Amino acid sequence: MTDLMIRIKNLIHEYIERDDDGNATGSIRAVDGVELSVAPGEFIAVLGHNGSGKSTLAKHLNALLFPTEGEVWVDDMLTTDDGHLWDIRQTAGMVFQNPDNQIIGQVVEEDVGFGPENMGLPTEEIWERVDESLKAVDMEKHRKKSPNKLSGGQKQRVSIAGVIAMHPRCIILDEPTAMLDPKGRREVIRAARALNDVEKITVILITHYMEEAIYADRIFVMDHGKVAMTGSPAEIFSDVEKLRALHLDVPQATLLADMLREKGLPIRGAVLSRDDLVRQLTALYGGQDTK
Amino acid sequence: MSIQIENASYIYEQGTAMAVTALSGISAQIREGEFIGLIGHTGSGKSTLVQLLDGLIRPTSGRILFDGKDINAPDYVKKELRAQVGLVFQYPEHQLFEADVLTDVMFGPKNLGLSDEDARLRAQKALEMVGIGPESFEVSPFDLSGGQKRRAAIAGVLAMEPKYLILDEPTAGLDPEGRDEILEMIAAMRKRTNMAILLVSHSMEDVARHVDRIMVMAGGRLLFDAPPAEVFSHIEELEKVSLAAPQVTYIMRDLHRAGIPVRTDIFRAEDAAAEIARVFSQRDAV
Repeated sequence: MTDLMIRIKNLIHEYIERDDDGNATGSIRAVDGVELSVAPGEFIAVLGHNGSGKSTLAKHLNALLFPTEGEVWVDDMLTTDDGHLWDIRQTAGMVFQNPDNQIIGQVVEEDVGFGPENMGLPTEEIWERVDESLKAVDMEKHRKKSPNKLSGGQKQRVSIAGVIAMHPRCIILDEPTAMLDPKGRREVIRAARALNDVEKITVILITHYMEEAIYADRIFVMDHGKVAMTGSPAEIFSDVEKLRALHLDVPQATLLADMLREKGLPIRGAVLSRDDLVRQLTALYGGQDTK
Repeated sequence: MSIQIENASYIYEQGTAMAVTALSGISAQIREGEFIGLIGHTGSGKSTLVQLLDGLIRPTSGRILFDGKDINAPDYVKKELRAQVGLVFQYPEHQLFEADVLTDVMFGPKNLGLSDEDARLRAQKALEMVGIGPESFEVSPFDLSGGQKRRAAIAGVLAMEPKYLILDEPTAGLDPEGRDEILEMIAAMRKRTNMAILLVSHSMEDVARHVDRIMVMAGGRLLFDAPPAEVFSHIEELEKVSLAAPQVTYIMRDLHRAGIPVRTDIFRAEDAAAEIARVFSQRDAV
Protein backbone atom coordinates (compact mmCIF):
# COMPACT_ATOMS: atom_id res chain seq x y z
CA MET A 1 0.00 0.00 0.00
CA THR A 2 1.09 3.54 -0.73
CA ASP A 3 -0.88 6.67 -0.07
CA LEU A 4 -0.66 7.86 -3.66
CA MET A 5 -3.72 8.57 -5.79
CA ILE A 6 -1.99 7.79 -9.08
CA ARG A 7 1.25 5.95 -9.64
CA ILE A 8 2.65 5.44 -13.12
CA LYS A 9 5.70 3.27 -13.63
CA ASN A 10 7.60 3.45 -16.91
CA LEU A 11 4.45 3.73 -19.00
CA ILE A 12 4.77 3.01 -22.70
CA HIS A 13 1.81 3.03 -25.05
CA GLU A 14 1.97 2.10 -28.72
CA TYR A 15 -0.85 2.45 -31.21
CA ILE A 16 -0.84 -0.19 -33.92
CA GLU A 17 -1.15 1.17 -37.46
CA ARG A 18 -3.18 -0.95 -39.84
CA ASP A 19 -3.66 -0.96 -43.59
CA ASP A 20 -7.09 -1.08 -45.30
CA ASP A 21 -7.39 -4.82 -44.71
CA GLY A 22 -6.67 -4.48 -41.02
CA ASN A 23 -3.17 -5.95 -41.11
CA ALA A 24 -0.71 -4.37 -38.73
CA THR A 25 1.84 -2.28 -40.63
CA GLY A 26 3.70 -0.62 -37.78
CA SER A 27 3.25 1.19 -34.53
CA ILE A 28 3.42 4.69 -33.12
CA ARG A 29 4.75 5.22 -29.64
CA ALA A 30 2.42 7.86 -28.16
CA VAL A 31 3.64 7.58 -24.58
CA ASP A 32 7.28 6.75 -24.08
CA GLY A 33 8.50 5.92 -20.61
CA VAL A 34 6.47 8.17 -18.32
CA GLU A 35 7.04 8.05 -14.54
CA LEU A 36 4.61 10.05 -12.51
CA SER A 37 2.85 10.04 -9.18
CA VAL A 38 0.04 12.14 -7.79
CA ALA A 39 -0.84 12.51 -4.11
CA PRO A 40 -4.48 12.72 -2.96
CA GLY A 41 -5.82 16.27 -3.08
CA GLU A 42 -3.25 17.56 -5.56
CA PHE A 43 -4.14 19.75 -8.52
CA ILE A 44 -2.02 18.59 -11.43
CA ALA A 45 -1.85 20.12 -14.89
CA VAL A 46 -0.51 18.19 -17.86
CA LEU A 47 0.49 20.52 -20.67
CA GLY A 48 1.50 19.69 -24.18
CA HIS A 49 0.75 20.46 -27.81
CA ASN A 50 -1.39 18.21 -30.02
CA GLY A 51 0.27 14.86 -30.49
CA SER A 52 2.48 15.21 -27.41
CA GLY A 53 0.86 12.16 -25.81
CA LYS A 54 -1.04 13.94 -23.06
CA SER A 55 -4.48 12.57 -23.96
CA THR A 56 -3.16 9.04 -24.38
CA LEU A 57 -1.64 9.35 -20.93
CA ALA A 58 -4.93 10.62 -19.50
CA LYS A 59 -6.90 7.68 -20.91
CA HIS A 60 -4.72 5.30 -18.92
CA LEU A 61 -5.81 6.92 -15.68
CA ASN A 62 -9.27 5.45 -15.73
CA ALA A 63 -8.51 2.29 -17.66
CA LEU A 64 -9.79 3.38 -21.07
CA LEU A 65 -6.39 2.43 -22.43
CA PHE A 66 -3.93 -0.11 -21.09
CA PRO A 67 -0.13 0.07 -21.08
CA THR A 68 1.89 -1.61 -23.80
CA GLU A 69 4.59 -1.70 -21.15
CA GLY A 70 4.75 -0.47 -17.59
CA GLU A 71 2.08 -0.11 -14.93
CA VAL A 72 -0.62 2.34 -13.93
CA TRP A 73 -1.98 2.24 -10.38
CA VAL A 74 -5.07 4.18 -9.34
CA ASP A 75 -5.62 4.29 -5.58
CA ASP A 76 -3.48 1.15 -5.28
CA MET A 77 -5.43 -0.73 -7.93
CA LEU A 78 -3.56 -1.93 -11.01
CA THR A 79 -5.52 -0.86 -14.12
CA THR A 80 -4.82 -4.10 -15.96
CA ASP A 81 -6.41 -6.07 -13.14
CA ASP A 82 -9.88 -6.91 -14.57
CA GLY A 83 -11.49 -7.25 -11.20
CA HIS A 84 -10.86 -3.58 -10.41
CA LEU A 85 -12.12 -2.02 -13.63
CA TRP A 86 -15.34 -0.55 -12.25
CA ASP A 87 -13.75 0.50 -8.96
CA ILE A 88 -11.09 2.35 -10.92
CA ARG A 89 -13.61 4.13 -13.12
CA GLN A 90 -15.57 5.13 -10.05
CA THR A 91 -12.46 6.35 -8.27
CA ALA A 92 -11.13 8.31 -11.24
CA GLY A 93 -13.85 10.01 -13.29
CA MET A 94 -13.17 11.50 -16.67
CA VAL A 95 -14.48 14.59 -18.48
CA PHE A 96 -13.80 14.79 -22.20
CA GLN A 97 -13.29 17.58 -24.70
CA ASN A 98 -16.63 17.71 -26.44
CA PRO A 99 -19.55 18.38 -24.11
CA ASP A 100 -22.06 17.24 -26.73
CA ASN A 101 -20.67 13.72 -26.70
CA GLN A 102 -21.11 13.17 -22.98
CA ILE A 103 -24.54 14.49 -22.15
CA ILE A 104 -27.33 11.98 -22.55
CA GLY A 105 -30.20 13.20 -20.36
CA GLN A 106 -33.12 15.28 -21.65
CA VAL A 107 -33.01 17.42 -18.53
CA VAL A 108 -29.89 18.60 -16.70
CA GLU A 109 -30.70 16.96 -13.35
CA GLU A 110 -31.53 13.67 -15.06
CA ASP A 111 -28.20 13.67 -16.81
CA VAL A 112 -26.34 14.25 -13.56
CA GLY A 113 -28.34 11.50 -11.85
CA PHE A 114 -27.49 8.93 -14.51
CA GLY A 115 -24.19 7.87 -12.96
CA PRO A 116 -25.43 7.38 -9.37
CA GLU A 117 -28.54 5.62 -10.70
CA ASN A 118 -26.32 3.23 -12.63
CA MET A 119 -24.47 2.52 -9.41
CA GLY A 120 -27.74 1.19 -7.97
CA LEU A 121 -28.11 3.81 -5.25
CA PRO A 122 -31.46 4.44 -3.55
CA THR A 123 -33.51 7.24 -5.11
CA GLU A 124 -33.14 9.54 -2.14
CA GLU A 125 -29.38 9.38 -2.25
CA ILE A 126 -29.36 9.91 -6.01
CA TRP A 127 -31.21 13.19 -5.53
CA GLU A 128 -28.90 14.26 -2.74
CA ARG A 129 -25.92 13.67 -4.97
CA VAL A 130 -27.52 15.50 -7.90
CA ASP A 131 -28.17 18.50 -5.60
CA GLU A 132 -24.67 18.68 -4.23
CA SER A 133 -23.00 18.06 -7.60
CA LEU A 134 -24.96 20.80 -9.36
CA LYS A 135 -24.16 23.12 -6.48
CA ALA A 136 -20.45 22.31 -6.73
CA VAL A 137 -20.34 23.50 -10.33
CA ASP A 138 -22.79 26.36 -9.77
CA MET A 139 -25.48 24.98 -12.06
CA GLU A 140 -28.42 24.49 -9.65
CA LYS A 141 -30.47 27.19 -11.29
CA HIS A 142 -30.33 25.37 -14.61
CA ARG A 143 -31.32 21.96 -13.27
CA LYS A 144 -34.68 21.76 -15.01
CA LYS A 145 -33.37 22.91 -18.37
CA SER A 146 -32.70 20.86 -21.46
CA PRO A 147 -28.94 20.51 -22.04
CA ASN A 148 -29.55 21.74 -25.61
CA LYS A 149 -30.35 25.18 -24.23
CA LEU A 150 -27.04 25.54 -22.42
CA SER A 151 -23.83 27.24 -23.54
CA GLY A 152 -20.70 25.16 -24.08
CA GLY A 153 -19.25 26.13 -20.71
CA GLN A 154 -22.51 25.26 -18.95
CA LYS A 155 -22.71 21.90 -20.71
CA GLN A 156 -19.16 21.13 -19.70
CA ARG A 157 -20.03 21.97 -16.08
CA VAL A 158 -22.98 19.55 -16.30
CA SER A 159 -20.55 16.89 -17.52
CA ILE A 160 -18.35 17.59 -14.50
CA ALA A 161 -21.36 17.40 -12.17
CA GLY A 162 -22.24 14.03 -13.72
CA VAL A 163 -18.79 12.76 -12.82
CA ILE A 164 -18.68 14.14 -9.29
CA ALA A 165 -22.12 12.69 -8.54
CA MET A 166 -20.36 9.33 -8.58
CA HIS A 167 -18.14 10.57 -5.73
CA PRO A 168 -14.80 9.99 -7.39
CA ARG A 169 -11.64 10.70 -5.42
CA CYS A 170 -9.97 11.92 -8.55
CA ILE A 171 -11.24 13.69 -11.65
CA ILE A 172 -9.42 13.80 -14.96
CA LEU A 173 -10.32 16.64 -17.30
CA ASP A 174 -9.09 15.93 -20.81
CA GLU A 175 -8.92 19.29 -22.60
CA PRO A 176 -12.29 20.31 -21.17
CA THR A 177 -12.04 23.84 -22.57
CA ALA A 178 -10.70 23.17 -26.06
CA MET A 179 -14.06 23.78 -27.71
CA LEU A 180 -15.20 26.67 -25.53
CA ASP A 181 -15.07 30.45 -25.87
CA PRO A 182 -13.19 32.57 -23.29
CA LYS A 183 -16.17 32.87 -20.93
CA GLY A 184 -16.89 29.14 -21.03
CA ARG A 185 -13.24 28.42 -20.38
CA ARG A 186 -13.20 30.58 -17.27
CA GLU A 187 -16.36 28.91 -15.93
CA VAL A 188 -14.98 25.41 -16.34
CA ILE A 189 -11.60 26.22 -14.80
CA ARG A 190 -13.32 27.93 -11.87
CA ALA A 191 -15.43 24.79 -11.33
CA ALA A 192 -12.35 22.56 -11.44
CA ARG A 193 -10.55 24.72 -8.90
CA ALA A 194 -13.54 24.68 -6.57
CA LEU A 195 -13.66 20.88 -6.67
CA ASN A 196 -10.06 20.79 -5.61
CA ASP A 197 -10.23 23.54 -2.97
CA VAL A 198 -13.58 22.77 -1.44
CA GLU A 199 -14.26 19.10 -2.11
CA LYS A 200 -10.57 18.09 -1.89
CA ILE A 201 -10.91 16.00 -5.03
CA THR A 202 -7.65 15.26 -6.82
CA VAL A 203 -7.77 17.11 -10.16
CA ILE A 204 -5.74 16.21 -13.22
CA LEU A 205 -6.23 18.83 -15.89
CA ILE A 206 -4.99 18.06 -19.39
CA THR A 207 -4.75 21.22 -21.48
CA HIS A 208 -2.72 23.13 -24.02
CA TYR A 209 -3.60 26.49 -22.51
CA MET A 210 -0.84 27.54 -20.15
CA GLU A 211 -2.93 30.12 -18.34
CA GLU A 212 -5.20 27.32 -17.12
CA ALA A 213 -2.25 25.66 -15.45
CA ILE A 214 -1.21 28.54 -13.21
CA TYR A 215 -3.38 27.31 -10.33
CA ALA A 216 -1.91 23.82 -10.34
CA ASP A 217 0.28 22.51 -7.53
CA ARG A 218 2.50 20.85 -10.09
CA ILE A 219 2.77 20.90 -13.86
CA PHE A 220 3.98 18.18 -16.17
CA VAL A 221 4.86 19.25 -19.71
CA MET A 222 4.68 16.45 -22.28
CA ASP A 223 6.54 16.33 -25.57
CA HIS A 224 6.99 13.38 -27.91
CA GLY A 225 5.42 11.04 -25.37
CA LYS A 226 7.86 11.93 -22.61
CA VAL A 227 7.69 14.26 -19.63
CA ALA A 228 9.82 17.19 -20.82
CA MET A 229 9.45 19.43 -17.77
CA THR A 230 8.12 19.02 -14.22
CA GLY A 231 7.73 21.62 -11.52
CA SER A 232 5.59 24.24 -9.84
CA PRO A 233 3.96 26.82 -12.11
CA ALA A 234 6.56 29.36 -11.01
CA GLU A 235 9.39 27.02 -12.01
CA ILE A 236 7.85 26.01 -15.32
CA PHE A 237 6.85 29.52 -16.37
CA SER A 238 10.27 30.99 -15.77
CA ASP A 239 11.67 29.21 -18.83
CA VAL A 240 9.78 31.02 -21.57
CA GLU A 241 12.21 30.00 -24.27
CA LYS A 242 11.86 26.30 -23.56
CA LEU A 243 8.07 26.54 -23.40
CA ARG A 244 7.98 28.17 -26.81
CA ALA A 245 10.30 25.49 -28.17
CA LEU A 246 7.76 22.94 -26.89
CA HIS A 247 5.06 24.77 -28.91
CA LEU A 248 3.12 25.96 -25.90
CA ASP A 249 1.10 29.10 -25.89
CA VAL A 250 2.90 31.29 -23.36
CA PRO A 251 0.48 33.66 -21.58
CA GLN A 252 0.81 37.24 -22.73
CA ALA A 253 1.75 38.48 -19.24
CA THR A 254 4.56 35.93 -18.99
CA LEU A 255 5.77 36.80 -22.48
CA LEU A 256 5.68 40.52 -21.79
CA ALA A 257 7.59 40.06 -18.52
CA ASP A 258 10.25 38.16 -20.42
CA MET A 259 10.55 40.90 -23.04
CA LEU A 260 10.85 43.57 -20.33
CA ARG A 261 13.55 41.59 -18.59
CA GLU A 262 15.44 41.51 -21.87
CA LYS A 263 15.12 45.27 -22.03
CA GLY A 264 16.81 45.47 -18.66
CA LEU A 265 13.88 45.88 -16.25
CA PRO A 266 14.53 43.92 -13.06
CA ILE A 267 11.39 41.73 -13.12
CA ARG A 268 11.67 38.95 -10.57
CA GLY A 269 10.86 35.28 -10.84
CA ALA A 270 8.20 33.80 -13.06
CA VAL A 271 5.29 36.06 -13.86
CA LEU A 272 2.14 33.95 -13.92
CA SER A 273 -0.63 36.45 -14.32
CA ARG A 274 -1.54 39.95 -15.35
CA ASP A 275 -1.90 41.04 -11.69
CA ASP A 276 1.54 39.71 -10.93
CA LEU A 277 3.14 41.78 -13.64
CA VAL A 278 1.17 44.93 -12.85
CA ARG A 279 2.10 44.66 -9.16
CA GLN A 280 5.80 44.28 -9.92
CA LEU A 281 5.88 47.10 -12.45
CA THR A 282 3.94 49.45 -10.16
CA ALA A 283 6.36 48.77 -7.33
CA LEU A 284 9.34 49.23 -9.63
CA TYR A 285 8.00 52.47 -11.00
CA GLY A 286 7.38 53.83 -7.53
CA GLY A 287 10.96 52.92 -6.71
CA GLN A 288 9.95 50.51 -3.93
CA ASP A 289 11.26 47.05 -3.43
CA THR A 290 9.00 44.39 -4.91
CA LYS A 291 9.04 42.00 -2.00
CA MET B 1 -14.50 47.99 -56.00
CA SER B 2 -16.19 46.88 -52.82
CA ILE B 3 -18.79 44.77 -51.14
CA GLN B 4 -21.36 46.96 -49.51
CA ILE B 5 -23.82 45.88 -46.87
CA GLU B 6 -26.76 48.26 -46.78
CA ASN B 7 -28.96 48.13 -43.71
CA ALA B 8 -29.23 44.35 -43.96
CA SER B 9 -31.40 42.29 -41.61
CA TYR B 10 -32.02 38.60 -41.52
CA ILE B 11 -34.76 36.72 -39.74
CA TYR B 12 -34.74 32.93 -39.64
CA GLU B 13 -38.17 31.32 -40.15
CA GLN B 14 -39.83 34.65 -40.62
CA GLY B 15 -43.58 34.68 -40.11
CA THR B 16 -43.59 31.61 -37.88
CA ALA B 17 -43.65 31.29 -34.11
CA MET B 18 -40.00 30.18 -34.39
CA ALA B 19 -38.84 33.46 -35.96
CA VAL B 20 -35.38 34.52 -34.76
CA THR B 21 -33.72 37.77 -35.74
CA ALA B 22 -30.12 36.91 -36.56
CA LEU B 23 -29.08 40.26 -38.00
CA SER B 24 -30.60 43.66 -37.58
CA GLY B 25 -29.72 46.69 -39.65
CA ILE B 26 -26.10 45.99 -40.54
CA SER B 27 -24.31 48.54 -42.70
CA ALA B 28 -20.64 48.14 -43.58
CA GLN B 29 -18.24 48.09 -46.46
CA ILE B 30 -15.39 45.79 -47.46
CA ARG B 31 -13.01 47.36 -49.92
CA GLU B 32 -10.51 45.65 -52.15
CA GLY B 33 -7.24 44.81 -50.41
CA GLU B 34 -8.55 45.31 -46.86
CA PHE B 35 -7.76 42.86 -44.06
CA ILE B 36 -10.66 42.72 -41.64
CA GLY B 37 -11.38 40.65 -38.54
CA LEU B 38 -15.01 39.75 -37.88
CA ILE B 39 -15.41 38.93 -34.21
CA GLY B 40 -18.36 37.74 -32.23
CA HIS B 41 -19.70 34.94 -30.12
CA THR B 42 -21.52 31.86 -31.16
CA GLY B 43 -24.95 33.23 -31.99
CA SER B 44 -23.79 36.81 -32.56
CA GLY B 45 -24.79 36.66 -36.22
CA LYS B 46 -21.34 36.51 -37.79
CA SER B 47 -21.96 33.29 -39.71
CA THR B 48 -25.26 34.61 -41.00
CA LEU B 49 -23.49 37.75 -42.20
CA VAL B 50 -20.89 35.65 -44.00
CA GLN B 51 -23.59 33.70 -45.80
CA LEU B 52 -25.22 36.97 -46.90
CA LEU B 53 -21.92 38.20 -48.34
CA ASP B 54 -21.53 35.11 -50.45
CA GLY B 55 -25.13 35.21 -51.61
CA LEU B 56 -25.97 31.89 -49.98
CA ILE B 57 -28.96 33.47 -48.29
CA ARG B 58 -30.75 36.72 -49.11
CA PRO B 59 -31.39 39.46 -46.56
CA THR B 60 -34.93 39.72 -45.18
CA SER B 61 -34.54 43.46 -45.71
CA GLY B 62 -31.71 45.66 -46.95
CA ARG B 63 -29.24 44.96 -49.76
CA ILE B 64 -25.82 43.49 -50.47
CA LEU B 65 -24.04 45.32 -53.28
CA PHE B 66 -21.08 43.86 -55.12
CA ASP B 67 -19.32 46.57 -57.13
CA GLY B 68 -22.50 48.58 -56.90
CA LYS B 69 -24.83 45.83 -58.09
CA ASP B 70 -27.46 44.24 -55.88
CA ILE B 71 -26.49 40.57 -55.74
CA ASN B 72 -30.08 39.55 -55.02
CA ALA B 73 -31.59 41.41 -57.96
CA PRO B 74 -33.49 39.03 -60.28
CA ASP B 75 -31.12 39.66 -63.21
CA TYR B 76 -27.89 39.33 -61.22
CA VAL B 77 -25.63 36.45 -62.27
CA LYS B 78 -24.41 34.85 -59.06
CA LYS B 79 -21.78 32.79 -60.79
CA GLU B 80 -19.68 35.94 -61.18
CA LEU B 81 -20.00 36.69 -57.45
CA ARG B 82 -18.94 33.18 -56.47
CA ALA B 83 -15.82 33.49 -58.62
CA GLN B 84 -14.90 36.78 -56.93
CA VAL B 85 -15.82 35.98 -53.34
CA GLY B 86 -14.16 32.84 -51.99
CA LEU B 87 -15.62 31.36 -48.85
CA VAL B 88 -13.64 28.94 -46.70
CA PHE B 89 -16.06 27.22 -44.33
CA GLN B 90 -15.27 26.01 -40.84
CA TYR B 91 -13.31 22.75 -40.82
CA PRO B 92 -12.79 23.02 -44.61
CA GLU B 93 -10.77 19.80 -44.59
CA HIS B 94 -14.07 17.93 -44.28
CA GLN B 95 -14.72 18.92 -47.87
CA LEU B 96 -11.60 17.38 -49.37
CA PHE B 97 -12.67 14.51 -51.59
CA GLU B 98 -10.36 13.87 -54.56
CA ALA B 99 -7.82 11.08 -54.89
CA ASP B 100 -4.81 13.40 -54.72
CA VAL B 101 -4.07 16.89 -53.44
CA LEU B 102 -3.49 18.57 -56.79
CA THR B 103 -6.69 17.24 -58.37
CA ASP B 104 -8.62 18.34 -55.31
CA VAL B 105 -7.35 21.92 -55.58
CA MET B 106 -8.01 21.92 -59.36
CA PHE B 107 -11.69 21.23 -58.81
CA GLY B 108 -12.62 24.89 -58.17
CA PRO B 109 -10.90 26.47 -61.19
CA LYS B 110 -12.16 23.68 -63.46
CA ASN B 111 -15.63 24.43 -62.23
CA LEU B 112 -15.10 28.03 -63.34
CA GLY B 113 -14.60 26.67 -66.85
CA LEU B 114 -10.79 26.76 -67.00
CA SER B 115 -8.89 24.19 -69.06
CA ASP B 116 -7.07 21.36 -67.27
CA GLU B 117 -3.77 23.06 -67.95
CA ASP B 118 -4.82 26.46 -66.58
CA ALA B 119 -6.50 24.84 -63.61
CA ARG B 120 -3.32 22.92 -62.88
CA LEU B 121 -1.22 26.09 -62.99
CA ARG B 122 -3.56 27.88 -60.63
CA ALA B 123 -3.68 24.90 -58.29
CA GLN B 124 0.12 24.71 -58.15
CA LYS B 125 0.33 28.42 -57.40
CA ALA B 126 -2.31 28.18 -54.67
CA LEU B 127 -0.64 25.17 -53.04
CA GLU B 128 2.68 26.94 -53.09
CA MET B 129 1.05 29.95 -51.43
CA VAL B 130 -0.23 27.83 -48.53
CA GLY B 131 3.13 26.12 -48.17
CA ILE B 132 2.40 22.70 -49.66
CA GLY B 133 5.22 21.64 -51.95
CA PRO B 134 5.23 19.46 -55.10
CA GLU B 135 6.25 16.41 -53.05
CA SER B 136 2.69 16.34 -51.66
CA PHE B 137 0.80 16.97 -54.91
CA GLU B 138 0.25 13.29 -55.69
CA VAL B 139 -0.54 12.32 -52.10
CA SER B 140 -4.09 11.54 -51.01
CA PRO B 141 -5.41 14.59 -49.13
CA PHE B 142 -6.47 12.21 -46.35
CA ASP B 143 -2.85 11.29 -45.67
CA LEU B 144 -1.87 14.87 -44.87
CA SER B 145 -1.51 16.08 -41.27
CA GLY B 146 -4.39 18.05 -39.75
CA GLY B 147 -2.80 21.45 -40.39
CA GLN B 148 -1.79 20.49 -43.95
CA LYS B 149 -5.30 19.26 -44.74
CA ARG B 150 -6.69 22.58 -43.72
CA ARG B 151 -4.14 24.44 -45.83
CA ALA B 152 -4.89 22.23 -48.83
CA ALA B 153 -8.59 23.01 -48.43
CA ILE B 154 -7.84 26.74 -48.29
CA ALA B 155 -5.75 26.34 -51.47
CA GLY B 156 -8.86 24.91 -53.13
CA VAL B 157 -10.58 28.27 -52.67
CA LEU B 158 -7.45 30.34 -53.46
CA ALA B 159 -7.08 28.54 -56.78
CA MET B 160 -10.27 30.27 -57.90
CA GLU B 161 -8.32 33.55 -57.45
CA PRO B 162 -11.09 35.43 -55.70
CA LYS B 163 -10.81 39.17 -55.05
CA TYR B 164 -12.34 38.66 -51.64
CA LEU B 165 -11.56 35.78 -49.32
CA ILE B 166 -13.74 34.97 -46.34
CA LEU B 167 -12.33 32.53 -43.79
CA ASP B 168 -14.80 31.26 -41.20
CA GLU B 169 -12.87 30.33 -38.02
CA PRO B 170 -9.84 29.01 -39.91
CA THR B 171 -8.02 28.12 -36.69
CA ALA B 172 -10.87 26.22 -34.97
CA GLY B 173 -9.69 23.02 -33.33
CA LEU B 174 -5.97 23.64 -33.95
CA ASP B 175 -3.34 23.75 -31.23
CA PRO B 176 -1.30 26.95 -30.72
CA GLU B 177 1.34 25.89 -33.20
CA GLY B 178 -1.16 24.98 -35.92
CA ARG B 179 -3.08 28.17 -35.21
CA ASP B 180 0.00 30.39 -35.55
CA GLU B 181 0.97 28.62 -38.78
CA ILE B 182 -2.40 29.29 -40.36
CA LEU B 183 -2.50 32.93 -39.20
CA GLU B 184 1.04 33.61 -40.43
CA MET B 185 0.15 31.97 -43.72
CA ILE B 186 -2.92 34.19 -44.12
CA ALA B 187 -0.92 37.32 -43.28
CA ALA B 188 1.79 36.35 -45.79
CA MET B 189 -0.81 35.56 -48.44
CA ARG B 190 -2.31 38.97 -47.96
CA LYS B 191 1.03 40.69 -48.48
CA ARG B 192 1.56 38.86 -51.77
CA THR B 193 -1.84 39.45 -53.31
CA ASN B 194 -4.20 42.36 -53.20
CA MET B 195 -7.00 40.10 -52.04
CA ALA B 196 -9.34 41.48 -49.39
CA ILE B 197 -9.55 39.10 -46.45
CA LEU B 198 -12.34 38.77 -43.92
CA LEU B 199 -11.17 36.65 -41.03
CA VAL B 200 -14.02 35.38 -38.85
CA SER B 201 -13.01 34.43 -35.33
CA HIS B 202 -14.08 34.51 -31.72
CA SER B 203 -10.54 35.20 -30.58
CA MET B 204 -9.45 38.83 -30.33
CA GLU B 205 -5.84 37.83 -29.80
CA ASP B 206 -5.81 35.88 -33.07
CA VAL B 207 -6.99 38.72 -35.24
CA ALA B 208 -5.57 41.76 -33.43
CA ARG B 209 -2.03 41.07 -34.54
CA HIS B 210 -2.72 41.13 -38.25
CA VAL B 211 -5.86 42.98 -39.31
CA ASP B 212 -6.40 46.64 -40.25
CA ARG B 213 -9.93 46.79 -38.98
CA ILE B 214 -12.15 44.81 -36.63
CA MET B 215 -15.88 44.38 -36.94
CA VAL B 216 -17.45 43.24 -33.67
CA MET B 217 -20.85 41.54 -33.80
CA ALA B 218 -23.13 41.08 -30.81
CA GLY B 219 -26.76 40.07 -30.69
CA GLY B 220 -27.15 40.48 -34.45
CA ARG B 221 -25.83 44.04 -34.47
CA LEU B 222 -22.56 45.56 -35.54
CA LEU B 223 -21.19 46.87 -32.24
CA PHE B 224 -17.87 48.27 -33.52
CA ASP B 225 -16.23 48.72 -36.89
CA ALA B 226 -12.84 50.35 -36.32
CA PRO B 227 -9.07 49.79 -36.17
CA PRO B 228 -7.97 47.33 -33.43
CA ALA B 229 -6.61 49.96 -31.03
CA GLU B 230 -9.91 51.81 -31.07
CA VAL B 231 -12.01 48.69 -30.61
CA PHE B 232 -9.92 47.57 -27.64
CA SER B 233 -10.35 50.93 -25.95
CA HIS B 234 -13.93 49.79 -25.28
CA ILE B 235 -13.04 47.01 -22.86
CA GLU B 236 -16.21 47.36 -20.77
CA GLU B 237 -18.53 47.13 -23.77
CA LEU B 238 -16.61 44.12 -25.09
CA GLU B 239 -16.93 42.35 -21.76
CA LYS B 240 -20.66 43.00 -21.69
CA VAL B 241 -20.95 40.82 -24.79
CA SER B 242 -18.59 38.20 -23.30
CA LEU B 243 -15.64 39.22 -25.43
CA ALA B 244 -12.36 40.44 -24.08
CA ALA B 245 -9.53 42.65 -25.24
CA PRO B 246 -6.09 41.03 -25.52
CA GLN B 247 -4.35 40.48 -22.15
CA VAL B 248 -1.74 43.07 -23.05
CA THR B 249 -4.39 45.79 -23.37
CA TYR B 250 -5.62 44.97 -19.86
CA ILE B 251 -2.09 45.15 -18.50
CA MET B 252 -1.55 48.58 -20.05
CA ARG B 253 -4.86 49.81 -18.65
CA ASP B 254 -4.01 48.48 -15.17
CA LEU B 255 -0.59 50.16 -15.28
CA HIS B 256 -2.17 53.40 -16.37
CA ARG B 257 -4.64 53.23 -13.50
CA ALA B 258 -1.78 52.56 -11.12
CA GLY B 259 -0.29 55.89 -12.16
CA ILE B 260 2.28 54.77 -14.72
CA PRO B 261 1.73 57.03 -17.74
CA VAL B 262 1.77 54.36 -20.47
CA ARG B 263 -0.38 54.48 -23.58
CA THR B 264 -3.39 52.20 -23.31
CA ASP B 265 -4.12 51.68 -27.02
CA ILE B 266 -1.66 48.80 -27.29
CA PHE B 267 -2.49 45.16 -27.99
CA ARG B 268 0.76 43.44 -29.04
CA ALA B 269 3.28 42.23 -26.45
CA GLU B 270 6.28 43.67 -28.31
CA ASP B 271 4.66 47.12 -28.53
CA ALA B 272 3.78 46.98 -24.85
CA ALA B 273 7.36 46.10 -23.91
CA ALA B 274 8.67 49.05 -25.94
CA GLU B 275 6.14 51.43 -24.40
CA ILE B 276 6.80 50.34 -20.82
CA ALA B 277 10.56 50.55 -21.36
CA ARG B 278 10.11 54.06 -22.79
CA VAL B 279 8.10 55.26 -19.80
CA PHE B 280 10.57 53.76 -17.33
CA SER B 281 13.56 55.36 -19.05
CA GLN B 282 11.80 58.73 -19.04
CA ARG B 283 11.21 58.45 -15.32
CA ASP B 284 14.90 57.68 -14.82
CA ALA B 285 15.86 60.69 -16.92
CA VAL B 286 13.96 63.07 -14.67
